[in-house]
Amino acid sequence: MTKVFIYPATSLILSDMVARFGHTPLSSAVAIRERVQTAGLESAPLQITPEEPKKGLKWAAVEVPSGVRGRMSLYGPMIEEAEAAIIINDADLAFGCMGCARTNELIKFLLRQKDIPKLDLDYPKSEEEGVKFVAAIKRFLGELGARS
Amino acid sequence: MTDYVPTHVGTVTKYVVVESFDITPADLAIRGYEISKGVMMKETCFGLVITGKPDEVDLITTELRKVDPDHIFIKDRGFPPGDPRRCRANLGGARPGYHGMEYEMTIIPYVSHGLEEIKKRDIATIPPPANPLDAKPLDIDKLKKLLESQES
Repeated sequence: MTKVFIYPATSLILSDMVARFGHTPLSSAVAIRERVQTAGLESAPLQITPEEPKKGLKWAAVEVPSGVRGRMSLYGPMIEEAEAAIIINDADLAFGCMGCARTNELIKFLLRQKDIPKLDLDYPKSEEEGVKFVAAIKRFLGELGARS
Repeated sequence: MTDYVPTHVGTVTKYVVVESFDITPADLAIRGYEISKGVMMKETCFGLVITGKPDEVDLITTELRKVDPDHIFIKDRGFPPGDPRRCRANLGGARPGYHGMEYEMTIIPYVSHGLEEIKKRDIATIPPPANPLDAKPLDIDKLKKLLESQES
């Protein structure tokens, strides 16, 4: 079982595909669950405490906004843990405030820097593209299985 | 700041999303209750939210997927169902995160078709999709729209 980072990290389709073909998806839900189930100080809604931007310093410099650093404390450890990545490049749903947008850019940058197998895709826009999309993911994940 | 005491520690929560002509969330909920042993299940408009011990949830999701494998999609969720920080009953409007799922629900029919087709066709013969990192020439229809928007 290979740990596959998915981008967008909340993607239902990618999360399902990775698990369906026998690997472990690294999605934001897993990082959020870890925080929501850990006792500490009340910091609604996501239990992101003032400690998180400090942890985020590992991936983003101190002059980077705390919103980006706080988010990176969720995604950074997962990117380090990732053994492969699937990236959807036209994911309009991943838009957001500057914190989200810059974090997304940083996530993609870190993934491209990392020497792991990566699959770049766009969302399918027709049935035939859907076939190519699923086949590409299956082939990519199959090769990961053969490698590990 | 007040102390935070978490609930449902050690559990996992999963969404089971149904996009099928044959199966409804109610059908899945009934099947889920048949095989569940104390997990919490919530029926929603798009499927189910299941919370429980990891091995029990895995067993149920594996069984539910068998009902209509190409049209049932599963993903993790961070919060348990009905959590006041996320539930729309407390916040009003759609739950944060629903819009992303709603967007992907428009794409899921193509993915379902793909899942059906790869069973019938040899996967090695299916060409790879276009590489999104390649520079794309400007689409002629998009150029026309740009010109028209400038002229009007």
